[in-house]
Amino acid sequence: MNVTTSRRWRRVRSLHPLAWWVWSLGLAAAAMRMTNPLLLGLVIVVAGWVVAARRTDAPWGRTFSFALRLGAFLVVMRVVLAALFGLRVPGTVLFTLPIVELPSWAAGVNIGGPVTVELLLGAATEGLRLAAIVACFGAASALANPYRLLRSLPAVLYEVGVALTVALAIVPNTVLTAGRVREARRLRGRAVRGLRGLQGLAMPVLEGALERSVDLAASMDARGYGRRRAVSRVAVAVSTVALLAGLVGVGVGAYALLDAGAPSVLGLPVLSVGVLLLATGMVVAGRRVDRTRYRPDEWLWAEWVVVVTGAVAAVSVAVVAALDPDALTMPLFPLGWPAVPVVAVVGIGVAALAGVFTPLPVSTLTGLHVAATPPRASGDVDGGRDDALGLAEVS
Amino acid sequence: MSAMIRFDRVGVTFHEASSAVLTDVNLEIPEGELCLVIGPSGSGKSTLLRTVNGLVPRFSGGRMDGVVSVAGRRTVDEPSRQLADLVGYVGQDPAAGFVTDTVEDELAYVMENLGVAPQVMRRRVEDVLDLLSLHEVRRRSLSTLSGGQQQRVAIGAVLTASPRVLVLDEPTSALDPAAAEDVLSALARLVHDIGVTVLMAEHRLERVVQFADSVVVVPGGGAPIRSGRPSDVLRDAPVAPPVVELGRLEGWDPLPLSVREARRAAGPLRERLAPLVSGIEPSPVLERVEVAAVRHLVAGYGSHAVLDGVDLAFRGGEVVAVMGRNGAGKSTLLNHLAGLRPPLRGSVTVQGEDPHRLSPPEARCRVGFVPQDPSLLLYHSSVADECAAADAEAVREPGTTERLLVRLVGGVDPALHPRDLSEGQRLALALAVVLVAEPGLVLLDEPTRGLDYGAKEALGGVLGHLAAEGRAVVLATHDVEVVAAVADRAVVLADGEVVADGPARDVVTHSPVFAPQVAKVLAPQPWLTVDEVTAALLAEEVTP
Repeated sequence: MNVTTSRRWRRVRSLHPLAWWVWSLGLAAAAMRMTNPLLLGLVIVVAGWVVAARRTDAPWGRTFSFALRLGAFLVVMRVVLAALFGLRVPGTVLFTLPIVELPSWAAGVNIGGPVTVELLLGAATEGLRLAAIVACFGAASALANPYRLLRSLPAVLYEVGVALTVALAIVPNTVLTAGRVREARRLRGRAVRGLRGLQGLAMPVLEGALERSVDLAASMDARGYGRRRAVSRVAVAVSTVALLAGLVGVGVGAYALLDAGAPSVLGLPVLSVGVLLLATGMVVAGRRVDRTRYRPDEWLWAEWVVVVTGAVAAVSVAVVAALDPDALTMPLFPLGWPAVPVVAVVGIGVAALAGVFTPLPVSTLTGLHVAATPPRASGDVDGGRDDALGLAEVS
Repeated sequence: MSAMIRFDRVGVTFHEASSAVLTDVNLEIPEGELCLVIGPSGSGKSTLLRTVNGLVPRFSGGRMDGVVSVAGRRTVDEPSRQLADLVGYVGQDPAAGFVTDTVEDELAYVMENLGVAPQVMRRRVEDVLDLLSLHEVRRRSLSTLSGGQQQRVAIGAVLTASPRVLVLDEPTSALDPAAAEDVLSALARLVHDIGVTVLMAEHRLERVVQFADSVVVVPGGGAPIRSGRPSDVLRDAPVAPPVVELGRLEGWDPLPLSVREARRAAGPLRERLAPLVSGIEPSPVLERVEVAAVRHLVAGYGSHAVLDGVDLAFRGGEVVAVMGRNGAGKSTLLNHLAGLRPPLRGSVTVQGEDPHRLSPPEARCRVGFVPQDPSLLLYHSSVADECAAADAEAVREPGTTERLLVRLVGGVDPALHPRDLSEGQRLALALAVVLVAEPGLVLLDEPTRGLDYGAKEALGGVLGHLAAEGRAVVLATHDVEVVAAVADRAVVLADGEVVADGPARDVVTHSPVFAPQVAKVLAPQPWLTVDEVTAALLAEEVTP
């Protein structure tokens, strides 16, 4: 009996944030290769489903819906711009916009003209591709705890990471201060809307943000932030040179790989040397920082599952692209139904498994997995969720 | 015992200030002591504390003379971060210093910076979680914690470095009485069990003085600093808690510092007072005009109701104290009375109108609200500008606000920036700005936070005046002594409901948490304040 209980016992943990980012990059790489609206829709649905299943109640959990709205905006913009300025393509004309005559020096730019179904559909699917990519990144930022992601940075980047953490904290607090100042202005009977309302809002908000930053800096300094170990000058010089040379190598290598015109010898070898130099530089520089990590995020089989499912999505689409590239596009000339390549559908579908084989999300209110969370007592949530002015009761 | 913290001719001058904040401070604080720093607000207590780990002058600017040394290490030689393993500093607002997002990570942060080995970190985090009773919230997000929990996390976050000195700036000022007791008992345990040296500033002496081994008085205004045993120093200190005042009045020796000590000395006093109890004037029951009413108010955010069916009426001429735990809904109630939020259900009326539906200028003629941070109401760069703007906004003749301000706190240098005023003066300025529109209902959210006893007394007088003019005054507060001194009626909120509503005397004397010190000492007699006792005894002597 004991064996079964211990097997069912699970520690409270959240998935390694890097795993979510790798997964979403895989999904985004798949989306990048296609304009087939059915497959793109599937990518968005998979990302949305996993987010719904695994996001927490933390503030960043809401970024996915924002990403969806941004995606919709991109599709609409794309269509509108195509109708106004797009290259005229033949086909079924829906309506004709008046053509604006442009001076001779602007030849090649056209405004207005016949708007065809093909033109709009082409623009819409292009927009949908962007929207799908944005949704993938939205999913990653909704699923991965940014604080923990920054904690997994290499030691040398640690201080940059903390600067980012502080910035993360400042944004919501500035919004909060702005809310308080607006309410306080109402109390003095002043306008709260329009340009006059904005006047005088900026100063108190900035003052508040600055004061908070100084408080935080003092608190961090008093708790040992930025302590450094003495190291030899040679080590400092070595790490600086290695980091610079590595950066140049990575830049040149990546350019050579991506640009078809560059000599191919430059590609992979230079890139790998660059990466190696960068890694060396980071390790040497990291020795200056005498830090340890408290309970670093573990990389267990669930992380592997997530990474592999993301990769499967990318690979399956790459396979289809090699065998049957037309299946990934929206057939416009002649207009037709998009294909349903089984390999790609299954591959992208596999990415949804990330929403099943991962630990349940951890609630910020209880610190437990959501399924294990007891029903919330109404008095349990203290003023932390109190309104703007009342919030000071707690903070 | 050797001195753990030593101040050697320390002086601090900030650039703009014309006079020095601290001059020629010589102090020695022995290891393992809990030392309390007291004094009026703005006297330099925080500055004194922040010199201990070098935040003054490194973060504040200004110039420091003399030497502060902790366990033999001089703060001039090492920056604050190098002293992190020796001195733990917790500022006034714990939430402002949080770096990470969960309790455990916050506790580990300082150890990560110090390079403590992972196994040691695990063990120390567990120890601190137990020591401060935080194990139940260990994985919770910091923003979801209550004030008392946040304060304990902030203390724990420096304690994990096992510092030998703990410096705390007003650790209980934002907390309700129960949460404050949690924090203080945790501190007492640290001093007793681990031998940590604690240096702590606090205005609420009634809460902390009984825990102190020694007291340092920072009188401010250039006067010299004094220190000594609490019972000696408090005999003539400028600030004193009610038990001490009672002890001074009756000449008790040794001077009692806790309710328990005072009760043991108070036998004869209780006997003398017993026949006078009937003389305590009952709260006047007058036919008063109803100024504001709340009916079946449900308020909250999303699915979470902060107020759940609250019914209250506020009449002109009464001072009402709204009490309750942090997060019980006090601020939410005030925000709704001020018309800042629409109710989810139920209604709010102030002088017959729903304040949320009124335009801002109309609303402020009915209800005035001083938020917890009064500086939110102040935008201008000088007191004079602020007053002039307030006159213009309220369409009053120039000079009205300034006259109000003078009535509230006496003269204030009109060229000063509101930021440079003392806490009490700033509160008075915000109150004057609100009162210039002559609202019938005046709301104050936690007005005594950061005020010293003198400023509290002045505020009590002002609130009494406002009520006498026929206004309804509602204050949300944790400060039971202020409730005892100024409130006619007390309302206790818990879990979004009204659990007690009645004359302040009845409500507070019957509650072990909300009873003021005098009531605890003289129970079962319903005396509330030292002034009341003094007046009763005087009357008895005059007419024997």
